[in-house]
Amino acid sequence: MPTLLSWGRYPHAPQTPTPCHWPDDLASGLAAARARGATTLAYGAGLSYGDSGLAASDRVLHTAGLDRFLAADWTTGRLTAQAGVTFEQILSVAIPHGWYLPVSPGTKYVTLGGAIANDVHGKNHHRQGTLGRHVLRLGLRRSDRAPLVCSATEETGLFQATVGGLGLTGLIEWAEVQLTPIRSSHIRSVTQRFDTLDEFFALSATLDLQHEFCVSWIDCGATGPSLGRGVYMAGDFAEHGPLEVATPLRLTLPATPPLSLVNRATVRAFNALYWRRASRTPAVRTGSYDPFFYPLDAVLQWNRIYGPSGFQQYQCVIPEAQARDGIGALLHEIAASGLGSPLAVLKRCGDLASPGLLSFPMAGTTLALDFPHSPRLTHELFPRLDAVVRDAGGRLYPAKDAHMSARDFQASYPAWTTVEALRDPQLLSRFWQRVTQ
Amino acid sequence: MTRVLIIGATSAIAAACARRWATDGAQFMLVGRDAGKLDAVARDLSVRGASATATFVLDALDTDRHGDMLAAAVAALGTIDVALIAHGTLPNQQACQDDVPQTLREFASNATSVIALVTLLASHLERQRHGALAVITSVAGDRGRPSNYVYGSAKAAVSTFCEGLRPRLFKAGVSLTDIRPGFVNTPMTAGLPLPALLVAQPDAVAARIVTGIARRRDVLYVPAFWALILLVVRLLPRTIFKRLSL
Repeated sequence: MPTLLSWGRYPHAPQTPTPCHWPDDLASGLAAARARGATTLAYGAGLSYGDSGLAASDRVLHTAGLDRFLAADWTTGRLTAQAGVTFEQILSVAIPHGWYLPVSPGTKYVTLGGAIANDVHGKNHHRQGTLGRHVLRLGLRRSDRAPLVCSATEETGLFQATVGGLGLTGLIEWAEVQLTPIRSSHIRSVTQRFDTLDEFFALSATLDLQHEFCVSWIDCGATGPSLGRGVYMAGDFAEHGPLEVATPLRLTLPATPPLSLVNRATVRAFNALYWRRASRTPAVRTGSYDPFFYPLDAVLQWNRIYGPSGFQQYQCVIPEAQARDGIGALLHEIAASGLGSPLAVLKRCGDLASPGLLSFPMAGTTLALDFPHSPRLTHELFPRLDAVVRDAGGRLYPAKDAHMSARDFQASYPAWTTVEALRDPQLLSRFWQRVTQ
Repeated sequence: MTRVLIIGATSAIAAACARRWATDGAQFMLVGRDAGKLDAVARDLSVRGASATATFVLDALDTDRHGDMLAAAVAALGTIDVALIAHGTLPNQQACQDDVPQTLREFASNATSVIALVTLLASHLERQRHGALAVITSVAGDRGRPSNYVYGSAKAAVSTFCEGLRPRLFKAGVSLTDIRPGFVNTPMTAGLPLPALLVAQPDAVAARIVTGIARRRDVLYVPAFWALILLVVRLLPRTIFKRLSL
């Protein structure tokens, strides 16, 4: 049987899947783990980058087959679906009725269960917070209890531990979410490049207030006076236009090249080109939601571009007061190392609190970059970046992580002990083992 | 609006076909053994756009109740535009070889119960003088192979039955599509050591099936490349074939 890896393909820990298609398969999967005296973990779309989606036992319950909708009320926008339903599927049924996901990450291929377990955020974090704020109820399967329903008012403790709980508090069987009304599936976007980090913060300070969706791409290879240059993108759903499910042409990277195609030369060339292509003055256009929210979804399996060694993403958030200096210091370290990749994203987060105990975002600025895996990351660059984040009082995103130290995790997520106390004894990830045991 | 009857509606391939019909607002009668699973499929199809869904719990081996099922389908749908028979099991060939009752049970679920339903539905559609009958058989029916000839011969019985029935239905304006999937990634094949390159996803298989039924195709290999593979398998001379363990 084919085994599964995480999105970053690092650490290379092939997972043996047990396919789950029906809710009873979850119960039998937990029972089988208990009978073996072992642990397991739910594996949905496999889009967690590091090891938070990998079972400590390397045996996962593959829940992508739990992909049924359970109910939808198109007058109120409340949608209930099994955990394996993807955001792509939700959009395909919701958009024609004039609804959109309240929060969406940069790919629409994530499952609902995975999105809740990582309490994902998106380009509208400054307005809507994380997905967890829009989860009305969820169904949980635990090895030690009958099926239960959790929400802000029922099983509150488990609800808070499950939102962003990395799949450790039970198997999410289904969830009900509140969708957001839209008048059109078109996005009116504004794009503008900036020359320095200070310019980014200035742009963000004024434009974030005016737009629902904001994100910036940053040239992590730029040094000296160009340090922190990038492209700011903002957008809003158009007031008029069609309600159309996008069906873009999709390419698949058919195989893993023997070497990473991302290296210093290709990154430099791509970044310089991308930056120069963007307009110096605000450029306005209106188009489908798909390329605006999910540009990377156009190439399926793009993670293969990093070759057989895989890649790591470094995503941190720096609190507001330290954001300018902290991000500047991080960019300086990254540019000096020459290890960056073209996929570098900067976004200001808002201060809306999530119900999730282990939710990643905080009021401040988040930076995310991909790096082709190399020993230099672990031994040289990441320790330097971690020190900057630590000093600034920031933290790293477990969904993307494959290196965070137990000390940093426990210091920056003090509520981890509550989640550990509520963890299902039959569920354990490689990540959790690494940072808590 | 298409009115669709599906027997074995909780099977992965059937459910994937149903989702495609649901997107166009189809109306469904869903038949299967497990009431809970049928309900889950029905709710899913409703959200995806089905204009109405009804369910009927039936064990296909219980041929005495086939008539009740058809009556319920007619009551729910009126005219039946598409009838898809999709139920089946994948026998353990090794276990069957020394177990006659098990072999006969597998033959009943994959052949005789299917033939009973095809007989019943064919006559109904013939009387309607309208409709498309579709049956999921298998590429395994093209030639008995030592690795799964219980399954293969049961599917072959259905295919041969359909081959004879098709001309009769044709004269009443009813199509009969014999759908022959290869390896598909479904709960039925979970855990089998299948060659990954040859395994199709249910949704891709469903796309071809739904189009094939709409085009009133007679025999449909899914994915299409299996037609070539099976041509080669059928052409192998017996003197060679009996020395292989395909």
